[in-house]
Amino acid sequence: MSAVMITRKVTRKWEKLPGKNTFCCDGRVMMGRQKGVFYLTLFLIVGTCSLFFAFECPYLAVHLSPAIPVFAVLLFVFVMAMLLRTSFSDPGVLPRALPEEANFIEMEIEAANGNVMAGQRPPPRIKNVQINNQIVKLKYCYTCKIFRPPRASHCSICDNCVDRFDHHCPWVGNCVGKRNYRYFYLFTLSLSLLTIYIFAFNIVHVVLRSVDSGFVNTIKETPGTVLEVLVCFFTLWSVVGLTGFHTYLISLNQTTNEDIKGSWSGKNRVQNPYSHKSIIKNCCEVLCSPTYPSVLDRRGVMLEDLSSPTPSDASAASTHQSSNPVSQTTKSSAPLIPNEHTPDEAKPGIGSGTQKSTSSPKEEKPPSPTSPNAVAPAVIKESSH
Amino acid sequence: PADTFHNLQELRHSASLATKVFIQRDYSDSTICKFQTKFPAELDSRIERSLFEETVKTLNCYYGEAEKIGGQSYLEGCLACATAYIIFLCMETRYEKILKKISMYIQEQNEKIYAPRGLLLTDPIERGMRVVSFANTWDVFLSVGTTLKENVS
Repeated sequence: MSAVMITRKVTRKWEKLPGKNTFCCDGRVMMGRQKGVFYLTLFLIVGTCSLFFAFECPYLAVHLSPAIPVFAVLLFVFVMAMLLRTSFSDPGVLPRALPEEANFIEMEIEAANGNVMAGQRPPPRIKNVQINNQIVKLKYCYTCKIFRPPRASHCSICDNCVDRFDHHCPWVGNCVGKRNYRYFYLFTLSLSLLTIYIFAFNIVHVVLRSVDSGFVNTIKETPGTVLEVLVCFFTLWSVVGLTGFHTYLISLNQTTNEDIKGSWSGKNRVQNPYSHKSIIKNCCEVLCSPTYPSVLDRRGVMLEDLSSPTPSDASAASTHQSSNPVSQTTKSSAPLIPNEHTPDEAKPGIGSGTQKSTSSPKEEKPPSPTSPNAVAPAVIKESSH
Repeated sequence: PADTFHNLQELRHSASLATKVFIQRDYSDSTICKFQTKFPAELDSRIERSLFEETVKTLNCYYGEAEKIGGQSYLEGCLACATAYIIFLCMETRYEKILKKISMYIQEQNEKIYAPRGLLLTDPIERGMRVVSFANTWDVFLSVGTTLKENVS
């Protein structure tokens, strides 16, 4: 008996999540699908910084100040922390509607639409809500079967609806949404600072060293400088520009998605209902608001059903493990619900169970009368072990 | 046996379909987490309006407190930023603490108020904070009970 129970594998919820995300470290890390560009980002940052520490820092520490490499290390650690936070965290994925919720919404839609004439296209599924005295349209997502909350959007690369969807960033290999936007912004900001820092000190180093040994000799002694300057030069324009753009968006409390679609621009359109009309308040809301928890519960345990022969599953053989203890007590007091999944033939070890089922006279042996009895032997069996 | 098995599944399926009421989000106050306090007609015979409204209003209060942008959230944010957010690996955020309070509150409400009336309140976090659902637990017992009687006789 106990040997059978040990072989039962623990499935965590992340393994069954729909959508095209990649998970690592048993669900602790969540990324988008294509990771190639992310590895390039990592390589560029780590590579350039390594060259800086190897070639420039020894000279600068001695000739100028040891604070220079120290600050560079701190900045580098911060950049990496922000990058990994952005890439590895849940951007704010909205879980898909379970069948019950999806059906409830469908019924509501049908009730609202009334009778559609045969051959006519049904009206688009849109819900109007009023936010801060402006009418905002909520669209229905056919993949996730929900009406998207305001500012949420469906990412086609990750195949998920993301709350406060900003954009899908291939450089970080993940979507940028409500939960990781501030990390993304801090990443671009700190990377800009790091790039400017390395670029500036490369110039300083070349100048200082050229005064001593001449320009050509300097380049010969520290060949890495050329590479660093090249990388920094091209990175500067893109990253600093991106930081500036996002600073602008934050001050207006807009997302990249809304900006691209022009949701709040133009005379006939609705004005941004989420803006507090004050730059400071907008910045505070985006950067200093509380960190939202993930609603995905990636590491929650999903209990095996159907295929597992262990009768101990009888008390919890549902695919949705509820952390709410009340619903668990409700389930165990309704024995027929879990046990309809436990097939009759999968109870060979419960001697008392099979005896009771075979002794039920002459009837066809449906699962219902055996199931309440099956709970009892399962309970007995567990206590005996 | 296969027939009754299927009937039971269908009963449960139709019971779970017909007997869940979903309370949607109220977006009038922007994107903060708030649920509509409008009393659904389906619960009319099952629970008093005042009890329902009190539950939803208390939940809204909890979420409002969790999402409040004020002194404590600034402090938490700045401290976390200064440590490159590494502190979040060991510390529980304020929001998570309040979520725990919420689930205790929901459990308490279920035990005291909703279970005696044959209803089950689910924690919105299990539905992605989209809805609060009230599930009807009595219909399931009733329909299953009649199947039992038929088969044992």
